Amino acid sequence: MPINYIFPQFEILRDQTRCIKCRVCEKQCANEVHRYDDDYKIMIADESKCVNCHRCVALCPTSALRIIKNPHSFRENSNWTSDTITDIYKQASTAGVLLSSMGNPMSYPVYWDKLLINASQVTNPSIDPLREPMETKTFLGAKKHVIKRDDKGNIISNLSPQLELSTPIMFSAMSYGSLSYNAHESLARAAKNLGILYNTGEGGLHEDFYQYGSNTIVQVASGRFGVHKDYLNAGAAVEIKMGQGAKPGIGGHLPGAKITEDVSKTRMIPIGTDAISPAPHHDIYSIEDLNQLEMSLKNATGFRKPVIVKIAAVHNVAAIASGIARSGADIIAIDGFRGGTGAAPIRIRDNVGIPIELALAAVDTRLRNEGIRDNVSLVVGGSIRSSADIVKAIALGADAVYIATAALLALGCHLCRTCYSGKCNWGIATQREDLVKRLNPEVGYQRLINLITAWNHEIKEMMGGMGINSIEALKGNRFMLRGIGLNQKELDILGVRHAGE
Amino acid sequence: MKKIKVNEKWCLGCHLCEYYCAFANSGIQDMVKALKDMQIKPRLRIEQNDKISFAVSCRHCEDPICVKSCISGALTIKDNVVCIDKQRCIGCYTCVLVCPYGAVLPSEEGAVRKCELCTSRSDSKPACVQGCPNKAIELVEV
Amino acid sequence: MLREGKDNYRIPSGCAICGIFNKDGRRISGSSIISAIEIMHARSNGLGGGFAGYGIYPEYKDYYAFHVFYDDDRAKVACEEYLNSHFDIVNLSRIPTRKHPKITNEPLIFRYFVMPKTADLISSQLDEQEYTSSCVTAINWDIEGAYVFSSGKDMGVFKAVGYPEDVGSFYRLDEYEAYCWTAHGRYPTNTPGWWGGAHPFSLLDCSIVHNGEISSYDANRRYIEMFGYKCSLLTDTEVIAYILDFLIRKTGLTYEEAANVIAAPFWTTIDRKEQQEREKLTYLRNTFASLLITGPFSIIVGFKGGIMALNDRLKLRSMIVGEKDDTVYISSEESAIRKICKDLDRVYSPRGGEPVIYTLSGGGTNAY
Repeated sequence: MPINYIFPQFEILRDQTRCIKCRVCEKQCANEVHRYDDDYKIMIADESKCVNCHRCVALCPTSALRIIKNPHSFRENSNWTSDTITDIYKQASTAGVLLSSMGNPMSYPVYWDKLLINASQVTNPSIDPLREPMETKTFLGAKKHVIKRDDKGNIISNLSPQLELSTPIMFSAMSYGSLSYNAHESLARAAKNLGILYNTGEGGLHEDFYQYGSNTIVQVASGRFGVHKDYLNAGAAVEIKMGQGAKPGIGGHLPGAKITEDVSKTRMIPIGTDAISPAPHHDIYSIEDLNQLEMSLKNATGFRKPVIVKIAAVHNVAAIASGIARSGADIIAIDGFRGGTGAAPIRIRDNVGIPIELALAAVDTRLRNEGIRDNVSLVVGGSIRSSADIVKAIALGADAVYIATAALLALGCHLCRTCYSGKCNWGIATQREDLVKRLNPEVGYQRLINLITAWNHEIKEMMGGMGINSIEALKGNRFMLRGIGLNQKELDILGVRHAGE
Repeated sequence: MKKIKVNEKWCLGCHLCEYYCAFANSGIQDMVKALKDMQIKPRLRIEQNDKISFAVSCRHCEDPICVKSCISGALTIKDNVVCIDKQRCIGCYTCVLVCPYGAVLPSEEGAVRKCELCTSRSDSKPACVQGCPNKAIELVEV
Repeated sequence: MLREGKDNYRIPSGCAICGIFNKDGRRISGSSIISAIEIMHARSNGLGGGFAGYGIYPEYKDYYAFHVFYDDDRAKVACEEYLNSHFDIVNLSRIPTRKHPKITNEPLIFRYFVMPKTADLISSQLDEQEYTSSCVTAINWDIEGAYVFSSGKDMGVFKAVGYPEDVGSFYRLDEYEAYCWTAHGRYPTNTPGWWGGAHPFSLLDCSIVHNGEISSYDANRRYIEMFGYKCSLLTDTEVIAYILDFLIRKTGLTYEEAANVIAAPFWTTIDRKEQQEREKLTYLRNTFASLLITGPFSIIVGFKGGIMALNDRLKLRSMIVGEKDDTVYISSEESAIRKICKDLDRVYSPRGGEPVIYTLSGGGTNAY
């Protein structure tokens, strides 16, 4: 039916004068875009299948390939954009909810880019991290201010369980199932090597990865996939996933195609069934129920592990966080609307939730106003794109950040946003054996280590510039930030002054 | 002593190693010029069937049968690398027949071709190692 | 008038600090401390100077001595009405001053010796110190033009806009005797006109003189404000005073433990300690993480019966200690110590983050 025809989104430009017909593009494209034409003796392409993942471009040894946005267009219309029109064609022919992957790509403001960082001049020396100690070690967990002493006057530690991080960065929840075995191995090994933590997501923990338990956060989500006593006790902390920035209000989606034998065993569900998590936890319909789940998990883990409650940044986030901070949680993780995912309904991903910068500032301010900021640590994600974002997040009040999309990029992800198809050409978001092997964890884990090491250097440089030599003196230090191009309301919510003030 | 180590677990069968090898040993500066519309002549080959693939190249054996069998003295061991002296090779192909790995290949140039670990090039690492996108070919100390 | 804290107005400063402490509780005239701070004239710029003396009011030692600046009579009336309703005032007077050509635009400066009204104290369910400090905070916040700048027992702060030696002369400090003196000369990078912004900054018995500009300011401020403190002046000294008050008076840490919080040892140093010490230092640093102070500072803290000097952990500000018999001298520069005591038994420069604490011998706080 011609009305269903959707012109290809991308155009593949092949420089035939450069192409040596090695056919690596053909061999590496799981979408079967490239093909060798025996009659014409040249490589040709079916662009309708291209997702612009750059696998062919990256591997082409003579740089003969370029992929560009197809300039073919509808008549220009600021209201009816080509995406809007083609989405309607798709839905008119399929009657389905449109899916996409990764975070909200819309042009909403990115507040990180409207915040500027301070540096010392004259009255206060900047500190050179190459020559002076510069500390990024971070503890997460509730802090009590009541000092207890024994009869000799020595302080008795009464701290709740704490997580120790060498730098305030953690890999955010991504399940085994949505990600490949090799991607998980890369994350786990990198976390261990770096002295940070990664997060299982809601897919359970593969038995091979129990050895990285002290660097693992095990997640309990509404589907309870892969949750059992050994799983809970394998990790360093337990995270209750109430919501996710990419799709607040709904549960996780994992298409049956990704539920292979190994994934099914780890999740404890049958092979090939769609894993659709319930939207809410059906044992948590209010804040008092949350406390019961927290206590169940604490009992199951002998009160030795901190409990993290992860929520999506939604309109009333400050009040929700305040409730959680009084519920017995040790850490609150907040996921902004830019947060990524393996699969989400497009309309939800693009329209639900609020920016993490505003959510973080509002929550930190609220918890301080109520005097309960030390009841919990705050971890924010969705999306942290660079070391500068981290510095800004901590200055706004975060204890640490979660990164996921950035970690995937380090592993080779090119943000083509088709994880849900299960045909990830980079071996990350796939379970297809031939594709999974494209991510050699030996390469992957080293690249993750490189990324975090580089960011940690940059964090230290920026801290040194501010005259701060330990990360805790940056936490909530909003004086070190100034807004640029923000209105008074935005400045008030962020709790920062405008540049020049 | 460094040797090529091939790990079939990570080999994607993309054949890029063959192209990088052929280019590196072409003596031409530009890959397109060196390989376009040519039958490439790499010194290693990807062996593959449906599920498995891996690169095969000279193992630089400690007691190489090819060197022993060379009737003209063209194959010698230099710094643990089995090298071919093209001037001396008479193209009898005895070495091609005796190599248990099939790593010595006949060549139209007369002399046989075989991997010399890129020792004649200035780069520190063999071209196949550098070009492998998945670390399936590594140069390791043994 | 530019005023610290007003409209989020914050002024960084460089400074000179100085302290004298007699371990036997022997009281020393204020003229020595004036003489010491005077030699560091170049470290201040005439925009703030001040002193704190301990043991200066032996006849009223059980009463809180409030030193108050008033902008005008209206503020004085309002404040005295507040004081009368919350405290029994046993003595009220102007603080004696002598005219000095370089000290001008003085506010009204009054002194009250007070004790909380027993019935009010009981009904407030607060302890005496908490009651008093919350009243001081209330006056400073709610009564415009009134500012209580000293509120301890048997101690007093004297400060003004001017060079410290002129301020000392203005307040006639040569007529006071104390077992502990601290002094401050200020070098603000702006031109404040308000006397309350000068140092020392004090809360109850604890007074602070400080040289430096802390880079952790807003992290510290936003944290300490969770515990009922209001950082109205936006100065580093104010926040340090509140932190010490919180850690020592409210939380019950010792001065040394408090120093391990605000100038915590580096993790690499902590890791090298033996187990018990390591656990204690880790506990303190983790529990009170947001009270770590970074950036350059040297501070001298006066408290009842003792004195503490502390540098930031990188020692980005000079500070030197001299001892002679039972007297201890602490100063930004050695010259100030030599000026008043040429022949010292020992001179040393404390390491960054290493607290120097002296208390009255015999542990008695009434030894003088």
